[in-house]
Parts: sequence; C-alpha cells; structure tokens
Amino acid sequence: MADAGLTYGYFPGCSQKGSAREYEMSLLKVAGKLGIDLKEIDDWSCCGATSAHATNHRLANALAMRNMLLAEQQGLETLVAPCAACFNRLITTKAECRNHPESKKDVEELLSASVSNTTSILNVIDLFDKASNGLIGSGRVRDMKGLKAACYYGCLLVRPPELIDTDDSEQPDSMERIVKATGADVVEWNYRTECCGAAHSISRRDIVVDLSKRIIDDALMHGANVIIVACPMCHTNLDMRQRVMRRMYPSHKEIPVLYLTELIGLSLGFTESELGIDLHYIRFNMPNEIMNQTAQA
Amino acid sequence: MKIGVFICHCGENISRTVDCPRVAETCEKIPGVEFSIDYKYMCSDPGQKLIKDAVEIHKLDAIVVGSCSPNMHERTFRSAAVAAGINPFLVEIANLREHCSWVHEDVESATQKAIELVRMAVEKVKRDKPLSKIKVPVTKRVLVIGGGIAGIQAALDVANAGYDVVLVEKEPSIGGHMSQLSETFPTLDCSQCILTPRMVEVNQHPRIKLLTYSEVEKIEGFIGNFKATIRKKARHINEDICSGCGQCVSKCPIKKKAFSSFEEGLAYRPAVYIPFPQAVPNIPVIDESVCTYYRNGKCGMCVKACDRQAIDFDQKDTMMVADVGAVIVATGYKLYSIGKQPLGSKYKGYGEYGYGKYKDVIDGLQFERIASASGPTSGEIKRPSDGKEPKKIVFIQCVGSRDPAKGISYCSKICCMYTAKQAMLFRHKVHDGEAYVFYMDIRAGGKMYEEFVRRAIEEDHVNYIRGRVSRIYEENGKYIVKGEDTIAGVPVNIDADMVVLASAMIPHDNAPGLAQKVGIPYDKYGFYNESHPKLKPVESTTAGVFLAGACNAPRDIPESVAMASAAASKAIILFSSDSLEREPVVARVNEDLCAGCFYCRKVCPFGAVEVRDIKDMNGVVYKEVAYINQGVCQGCGTCTATCLSKSIELAGFNNEEIFAEIAAL
Repeated sequence: MADAGLTYGYFPGCSQKGSAREYEMSLLKVAGKLGIDLKEIDDWSCCGATSAHATNHRLANALAMRNMLLAEQQGLETLVAPCAACFNRLITTKAECRNHPESKKDVEELLSASVSNTTSILNVIDLFDKASNGLIGSGRVRDMKGLKAACYYGCLLVRPPELIDTDDSEQPDSMERIVKATGADVVEWNYRTECCGAAHSISRRDIVVDLSKRIIDDALMHGANVIIVACPMCHTNLDMRQRVMRRMYPSHKEIPVLYLTELIGLSLGFTESELGIDLHYIRFNMPNEIMNQTAQA
Repeated sequence: MKIGVFICHCGENISRTVDCPRVAETCEKIPGVEFSIDYKYMCSDPGQKLIKDAVEIHKLDAIVVGSCSPNMHERTFRSAAVAAGINPFLVEIANLREHCSWVHEDVESATQKAIELVRMAVEKVKRDKPLSKIKVPVTKRVLVIGGGIAGIQAALDVANAGYDVVLVEKEPSIGGHMSQLSETFPTLDCSQCILTPRMVEVNQHPRIKLLTYSEVEKIEGFIGNFKATIRKKARHINEDICSGCGQCVSKCPIKKKAFSSFEEGLAYRPAVYIPFPQAVPNIPVIDESVCTYYRNGKCGMCVKACDRQAIDFDQKDTMMVADVGAVIVATGYKLYSIGKQPLGSKYKGYGEYGYGKYKDVIDGLQFERIASASGPTSGEIKRPSDGKEPKKIVFIQCVGSRDPAKGISYCSKICCMYTAKQAMLFRHKVHDGEAYVFYMDIRAGGKMYEEFVRRAIEEDHVNYIRGRVSRIYEENGKYIVKGEDTIAGVPVNIDADMVVLASAMIPHDNAPGLAQKVGIPYDKYGFYNESHPKLKPVESTTAGVFLAGACNAPRDIPESVAMASAAASKAIILFSSDSLEREPVVARVNEDLCAGCFYCRKVCPFGAVEVRDIKDMNGVVYKEVAYINQGVCQGCGTCTATCLSKSIELAGFNNEEIFAEIAAL
C-alpha cells in the first residue's frame, strides 16, 4: 500500500467490543488494507463517558487521562478513538488539563503519575480525512456510485466548536469528502448535526424514537438511500430503533445505516460479512450497479 | 529656597488613616521647608487661598502638596501657585490618598509613609526648574476620513465654523451606510430624505474639498502639523468634464457580471456605474475587473455614448498631499458575515442559519435595501429567491453579537431597534404578514426607543419570542426556523418565507491598517480606542486625532452625529489660537553626548524622534543625532530610560530630581 507505515494508538472503548463490534471489525479491516497500523493500547479502561462524567467530574477526567497516559507510556503519539463519546471525553479532558493546571495536578495525583498531555486524539473522520488523505481513492476497487449517502455527524463529533478543529461545527463537510472518495453520492439534507437522543435510548426510548425518526425521515425526504455514521450511539439509535419506529408508525420507511468504515470497506472490496454489515437490524442491499462491478471484478 | 508644605485631609479620605497634623508638624523640620500646615480640603477655595496667603507671607519659592493623585488636582494647585506668582512646575504632589491612606489600615505606619512621601517630594522640588509652555504652530485645516453620516456631520460643522476641510471617502460616493437605509428609528423618517441634503451641502460647501474614491496612504507629523498623503483612485472618468448624465451607464453592455455593493448583492450593476441615483458626486466609476475594455481592449460603448469625451481608460491613481492640523477618523463599520467563515478567521460563522446557502436568509442591511423605495424591489417586500411577497418573516437578533463562542462578546446596540423597525415596516407593507422576532433581551435605551419597540409589539402585533434559534433549514419551499421560547419553556418551529438576521457590527477589515497609518490604538476587534471612556470619548490617545461614529464602537445615527459634532468642536477648539500650548514635560537630547544609535527612535511610541544632521563649519555632515519633536513628544520617558549614553533628559523628571527623591527615602 502506498503510504504504509502509519502507526497510531487505538483506543476501542466499550462499544467496539460489544454493541458496535462491526464498527471495530470494519475499522481494523480498512486500516489494515490502507497500511494504517492501529495498535490497541494495552490495559485500556472506560473513557469516563456518560455515567462517570454525569456523576463525578474528577473521576471522568482521571479515566480519560488514564488512557491517554497509557498511550504516552506505550510510545503512541496519536490515539484513534472511533467512538464519538470516547473521542469527546478525551479531547475535553485534554483541553481542561491544558487550560487549568489545577485540574491537571488533580488528575496526576489521582493517577499517581505525571502526564505530558501531548497525545493527539483523532476520531475516525479525522483519521481518514486528515491522516490518510488520498489513501481511499488509490485503494478503491469498487465505485460506490448508486449510493446516495446522508452523512450524519450527530452531536459529539463536531462539538464543542472551541475544542474541535473543524471548518464549521454546524455545517461540516469532512465526512462528505470521504464518502465522495468512495464514489458514493452525498445528499444535501438538514439533520446532519441534530441530536439522535443518544444515551436516552435506555431511559426514554420514546424521545429517542421521535428524534431519530425525524433524522431518518429528513434523510429519506432528500433522496438518501443510506445513512452514514461514525458513532456507535448514533448507529444504535438510527439502526436498531427503526424496529420500534416501524411498530409505532406503520408507514415508516426503512433506510440502512452504515458506519463510515463499512462504506470505505465496501469500496476497498471487502464483503458485507467481513465488515459485519450483516449484523445490522436494517438490511443493507448493495445497489445493482455496485453488485455488477463486483461480478466483473 | 523656601518651600511650603500643605497637607490635605481630603475630608476623611486621608485623615482616617494618616495623622495629618503630625505629618505637617514633622515635615516643617525638613531642611528647606519654611512653612507647613494641614487643612480639611486643600482643593477648596479657602484651601487654595491658604496656599496663596502662605506664599505671600512666608515668601515661598516652591510648594509641596500632600493630597490625592496628581491626576485629580495637580492642575488646581499649579493654578493656585501661578496666581501666587510661582512657576507651576515648582509644585510637587505627594500622593497621600491613592498611594497611602486608601491602601493602608494601620495609622502609625501610614503616617510614617506619608511623611516619607512628602520628604521625597520636598527633595525633588528643591531641584525642580521653572519650565514654560511650548508653543507649536497650527495648520487650520481638518482631514476627515470617512464620508458616512459621522464624517459628513464633522466636515460640515468644521467648515461652517470657517475652517477648511478635506473629506476623504474610499467609495465612489459619500453617504455611507445611512444612504442604504430605508426608514430610521424611532421616527420612521426616510433615511435618504434626511441625509441627501447634507451630502449635497458637503459637495457645494466652498470650504470642503471632497475626495471620493480616495484612500489615506499615510499620515506624518503631529498635532497642528499633520501631513496626509492621499491616493485618489482612478475612476477612469475625467471628473472635470463629466456632467453625470449617465449615458455611459445605460449603454454599458456588462449587465450581470458584478453585484452592486450598495444593494448588498441583491442587484447587479454595470461595469461603469454610479452607486445610487443620489450619489455625491454624481460621477460614475469604471470597474476594471469586469469592464471588457480592460480584458481585450474592445467595446468602448461608453466612449461612444459620452458626448463630452469624459471617459479616460488610461487614467492612473494619483497621489496628493494635504497639510492639516487635526484629523477626524469616521470610518464606520461593516456587518459580520454570518455564513461560513474562511479558515483562519477569528470569527466562527453561523453555518446553522444557512446564510449564503438559502437566498431568503438575509442580513439586516439587505432587508433595508428591500424595504427602501430606491432599492431593487422599489420598496415592495419581496423574497430574493423568487420575488414573491413573504407572508411570514422571522427576525433573529444578536446574530454574532453577545456570543463569545462565535468571536464577539459585545452588544451591537442598534439591532434591537432596527429589528423592531424592520418588523414594523414589514407589517405596514404586508398587511396579512406575520412577523416574529427572536431576542435575548430588548435593549431599547434611548429617547423614544422603548416606546418604539412597544409600538411594534402592541400596535403592529409583531410577535416577540425570547430565545435563540438553533437551526434554519429549507423544507418544501419554507424555511423552518427551530428555536426555543425560553419564557414558555417550549421549543418553537416556525415555517417562515424569509429570515432576517440582525448581524453584529464589526470594524472594517482594514481598520487596524488605517489605525497604524494614522497612529491610533485599537481594541482586539479593531475598534479605535478613545482616550478616556467617560471624559474623553471623541479623542484618540494621539493628540489632534479625533474619533466619530461606529469606528469607535457600535453606534446608531444620533450618537454618530453627536460624536461627529463633538469631534468637530474639539478640532475647532484646537484652531481657536494661532499656536498651541503644550506641557513642557518633554524629552530633550544633549547633542554633544548623543552617539546616534537611535534606540530611542525604535522605542518611541509616538514617533517623536527625528534624525538631525550636525554639520561642520563647511556645511559637511559629520554626525547624526536624535532630535525630539517637541510637538509630538508626550513625555512618557521611554527614550530617557533606553538611552545608553544618558543623553536624553525629560524636563521635570531629570535624573538629578529622581535620584534626589530616591535618596530621600
């Protein structure tokens, strides 16, 4: 592969090993094919998301920093965090420790170690947009045209604006750039950065179903035939909760939801089961144009 | 030398923590002190009389006053000294209030410190030399930069007082943003109707030299004696010949290549154009960037159309120099661009509002053009996208303003009022229209302002919703405005036909560049700083440079006009005598000692240090030394501290005086 030898630390977080294991499958497959060496950090723990940061600020900071410290100790300068919640926890803690020396000191005391706080954090969009620009195009064996993708960022990948290095938190276009590189078309739609309901999926399913259905309906209305996400929580709400939507709204029209890495994986020639696409609740049917290409190949 | 010491109680401000009688008693024993006394209010008339009487009775030569900061009453006591026949620079102030009583609690040690402070002042005053004021000549002409309402007002006031004015405007016409407005709050009178007579007056005034389509290149010199270099950009029209008939404009075949900036991008203009019908001067400009002639040397339709041969394709920019005594900066503002910001911009845009993406999401100035009788829709409220009459308009206030996350913390001040006005105009023109205003607070401070907003709400039934809008998107030809009503505590969705964003006022992009040319400081946004926020609102910190209007901070029309008149009167005061008197506390160079390293020149914040040639008997230059322009020097002392050969001395603060103070401690 062209630009081989990129080594990054890999922080899976809990979802990659459980509810979003197809996200990990596809990420590792795609990274391997593109020559990106993702080295899972040894002895990683919870990132401090939701339950920790909602109840104990110091605990949340210490958990996030612990993982960044491990990366540092294991000689990994850059850490890839595919889950949007992990990503957000890590950059938030990093910024807090950078801007508030007393927070850094507190975390260091809790961890009984000094931290340099220099680990760079990437989410999956960053990884493919910035770190490996151009790799997807060169490794592409399938043109994903025929797919009309609604790129869905959700909330945590692009916010808060002061911490995220993006052109515009409200109208981002980094995911669109990657999706276009696979040959797929992107649709203009309105709900790219709206909330899916996130962790309310457990406690207030009704809210999540409402919020997520709006996102799905808007994508459909603008002609999408697939929604692309880069967050396990978004995927759960948009994919799994469509079953509830179908029960509550008989007229509900289904739409498959793919991880960004799965779409890249398809364009790189992996099969659906290699990428874990068959694990989704809503079945993804490859458009005929793409299937025909495969037959020819 | 006989010295008098006068200790002020400042009511109880000083005497609460300093034993004033004891200070007076102790200080009488300092060698050289002839007389010492304390008094409750030394700044009062009886207090000053006490000083004058003591000077007379005890034949005093110099005075030390132990009182408040010299910033407060140094002038008072110097005047009292002058009245008693003492040179004002033989008066020293020992600051017993800000430097002592206000910051200490223990009476004993505060009293000791007060005595020490007075002792220092006594030692300094012993070495003080009488100084007299410096006189500098004044050129009685004003340069006004910016031809908006503030610049127009300032120019007219100065000219009507009988002094010459050079008015420089970078656009082809004067009038500024006010000429774009439809009607003005809180009276709803037509903006152009009240402005254009003033524009004409400027053009016809014998004392005003109007330079439009011109920019200030540099300004040198100092108060009373500035030299301004002005670039007159090539219009490619001979101004002396052109009659303003407009034949060239109507014949120009370039119809849809350039947006009219006067119409805020809502209409096109030809390559040769007059920005608007009432433009002053009524002379067109050829825009080289779109004109066919400048691309391939062909066309020339305008040349054929002009029967006075006024078209001059070869015209070049010209430079001119104006000698002026004062400068009034009135460069105004621009609107915050709401859409996506270029990478590296210090502002974050509002991508969520889709400005620039949705044609019917417009800013306040664009709505002014739509509502204006001279605008692209002749004053009928129509959407830019399809020309249909919108039935439901949502106005959003504070777009950019008061939003540190997007880069601006300040309130733009005028938006509450102009939004109320625009909503009102819409309701007057579209009777079945619905107007919604999202606001954070309504800030309607000003004469008849609150009443005006109430009228919009109560008589014109504009729906005010307190809350912010999170997103605007298009759905089935409507703009869905998603917001929150924070009073009712509910989310609000409005399907609007058009959205007007009241975006923040910000300085022009080149505001810092101009500030550097003129030599005035600006804040982090690029607004020009006033010398004192309360007491010197129209003075810049550079003597002889005054500020008017929105280049200083967001301002509405009445404030801009008031500032302009104030700035004009400051300039007129400057011209009230033939020479200026300056405080003699300035630096002087000992030319024999000066080695000509010019470190002083590098550090001087006011550009007061010049190079002077020292010539021998035959007129041959054998040495260059620093020379400090007495008119420019502000007496800050930076050069004195920097000078390696100790050849610069600040009058009233020379080394001998300062060391004597320190030694007295």
